[in-house]
Amino acid sequence: MTDQSNDAPRKAGGASRRDFLRTAGLAAGGAALGATGARANTPDPLITEVQPYASFTGEAVDATPYGMPIHYEEHVVRRNVEWLTADPISSINFTPIHALEGTITPQGCAFERHHSGAIEMSKQEYRLMINGLVDRPLVFTFADLMRLPRESRVAFCECAANSGMEWGGAQLNGVQFTHGMIHNMEYIGVPLRVLLEEAGVQPEGKWIFVEGHDASSNGRSIPLEKAMDDCLVAFYANGEALRMEHGYPVRLIVPGWEGNMWVKWLRRIGVYDQAVEAREETSKYTDLLANGIARKWTWEMDAKSVVTSPSPQTPASHGPGPMVITGLAWSGRGKITRVDVSTDGGANWVEARIAGDAQSMALTRFYVDHVWDGKPMLLQSRAVDETGYVQPTKDQLRAVRGLNSIYHNNGIQTWYVNENGEAENVEVS
Amino acid sequence: MSKCRNLIATTALATLAAAPVLAQEFGLGRAALPEEIEAWDVAVLPDGTGLPEGQGDVYDGEEAWINNCAACHGDFAEGAGAWPVVAGGDGTLTDARPVKTVGSYWPYLSTVFDYVHRSMPFGAAQILTYDETYAITAYILYSNGIVEDDFVLSNENFTEVVMPNVDGFIIDDRMETEFPLFVTEPCMSDCSAPVEITKRATDIAVTPAFPRLLLDGTVLEPGATLEEASAQGTATDAAPMEEAAAEPAAEEVQVASLDPAMVEAGERAFRQCRSCHQVGDGARNGTGPTLNGIVGNVAGQVDGFRYSPAFVEKAEEGHVWTEESLDAFLENPRDYIERNRMAFRGVRDADERAALIAYLTSYSN
Repeated sequence: MTDQSNDAPRKAGGASRRDFLRTAGLAAGGAALGATGARANTPDPLITEVQPYASFTGEAVDATPYGMPIHYEEHVVRRNVEWLTADPISSINFTPIHALEGTITPQGCAFERHHSGAIEMSKQEYRLMINGLVDRPLVFTFADLMRLPRESRVAFCECAANSGMEWGGAQLNGVQFTHGMIHNMEYIGVPLRVLLEEAGVQPEGKWIFVEGHDASSNGRSIPLEKAMDDCLVAFYANGEALRMEHGYPVRLIVPGWEGNMWVKWLRRIGVYDQAVEAREETSKYTDLLANGIARKWTWEMDAKSVVTSPSPQTPASHGPGPMVITGLAWSGRGKITRVDVSTDGGANWVEARIAGDAQSMALTRFYVDHVWDGKPMLLQSRAVDETGYVQPTKDQLRAVRGLNSIYHNNGIQTWYVNENGEAENVEVS
Repeated sequence: MSKCRNLIATTALATLAAAPVLAQEFGLGRAALPEEIEAWDVAVLPDGTGLPEGQGDVYDGEEAWINNCAACHGDFAEGAGAWPVVAGGDGTLTDARPVKTVGSYWPYLSTVFDYVHRSMPFGAAQILTYDETYAITAYILYSNGIVEDDFVLSNENFTEVVMPNVDGFIIDDRMETEFPLFVTEPCMSDCSAPVEITKRATDIAVTPAFPRLLLDGTVLEPGATLEEASAQGTATDAAPMEEAAAEPAAEEVQVASLDPAMVEAGERAFRQCRSCHQVGDGARNGTGPTLNGIVGNVAGQVDGFRYSPAFVEKAEEGHVWTEESLDAFLENPRDYIERNRMAFRGVRDADERAALIAYLTSYSN
């Protein structure tokens, strides 16, 4: 008896779910027809009929001890562009920024960049060495780090190659692919300064060299001033432990500077009187100019912005009338002070509304509450940071750097939005 | 007696050094031991700082290169597949498609030594000795036409080698060259004549297929149009999930005779292989061939994979990969098939090899 009575609602719920999907389809169709009229011809069954979820019970509390997004959101995931790299182990994927809002990137869909794969390392196995030009070469365990004073800060991490595929012209058709090598998290960690002071940097020490536990080690040189300023040796992000793919248990945070320097699985900090000039700061992450000379040590990420919606992956299929144009802006040199948006390819601009207080070297959300006339748009955004730097057009950048610098493409992005609201990556004259 | 006192004195000093409370604010962490520093501090700098004693010549370098590097970077450092080209590219840095190699681009030889020794070969890093690293570095110089074939590289003459592009770099000058251009009062209206579209990403069509997300939660699968969306309403349905649930059942039948725990352990152990080898549905040849069906079959049979001469010979002999022969091969790949190109040191642990073979068996037959 008990079994049967428990069983009945489940079956009913199952059958009703399919009915519900059909009904929802009808309702959606009706809504689309009446988009501007906002008047229903027939009562909406989603309102007039008792829905299964309003009658039967839902999932119990322990259904998912660590929850994932509801399956309706299963398309909001990192995606890869396979042809970009030789192998997915030494590769990159992209944050679905077209489908995220606010400024904090959930760790589970924040882009990954590995040079020899994401490694599995426990807190117990973790060691951090500081040596070189220090009074006391030291080894820290994870527990040691957890006993030192902590700080928090929100920071964006952008791969220097973000938008790097666009130097030759519009290439990838989606903001996830053109601008998704970025994430923004709230980190908790020990200031790098505290650790360096524990070891006692000697007067000749001008640089640190940071490397990871993984097989690539991905070593980078950082000038001591930056290391003593705002870098964090972080172990939490967005309220929880770092994810494996982001360097669990410990990664370095280098606010405002290119993501390659944010060494994951941080293993050693060497103090030197010079830069190490390792592979990732000579052969890679140097910017070849048109004259055959390359810039090195281009650490700061220039001010940049992009409209995340509408964009090719999130069309404005709602038709004319009120709409939200939204996007992200950031600068490696401080706060975003202003973002302008154009709907005509840069001829005329309006100042966007910045959401909340812009934080230094962190993603900043902007909105334009637009009333669309239904005509095609050429959408652009343009960021200004506290140094007065105005995000340039791609052609302005090309005039200085040529087409082969790969890294640090912060040019203005254009989306062509047609009458149907479908968006496309284009460049304009 | 005095020896004993010295020992005590030394211990006391060591204790002080490990916890010099006066100098350290927190006194956390412990002194790094010299052996530990030697193990981890392997950085080599342009001025020769950190160079270990050792030497290697071009001839030995070629052999080490063929064994460890050629599978990805080509026999002559010309590159293979999408892996980096290491030699050539002279004078191409101003071309439309510059070829950035050690010879044409890298400013310092120390970077080559440092990177090869600490990070290569890909998938089996930190297996090269110092002498092998000197030899491979010498071979890379030779491949780039920087030294002759009788060249011997050592810690003695290392810093005498000057790389062709050493003067090809400037320190970031954006503050001088770009800030004056871009720190301006932004134009707000009538900034340009009406613009035209000059380039479209859809003309190039290199973007992977993606679904489009509509405001009402509708997910448009790749290829679906907006019209179809308004006709079909909510596009999500339960069918794909049911299919996914059905799949494992088929696999279970296939691996029924294998110990699932072994297969699982093998899957974990396979991590050390997967930088070169793929297995399972959709596996493709990479640096190494796909491994579907390897157990019980003749060596060197994967379509479209370019095997080394050593493997071609084994295939011609009809060499079969049994559990026993795979075990011997995995224990020491270099010895089992001499001059093969698999840059892998082998699996010492017999249980781990058994697990790997169980895992591969689950994808065979």
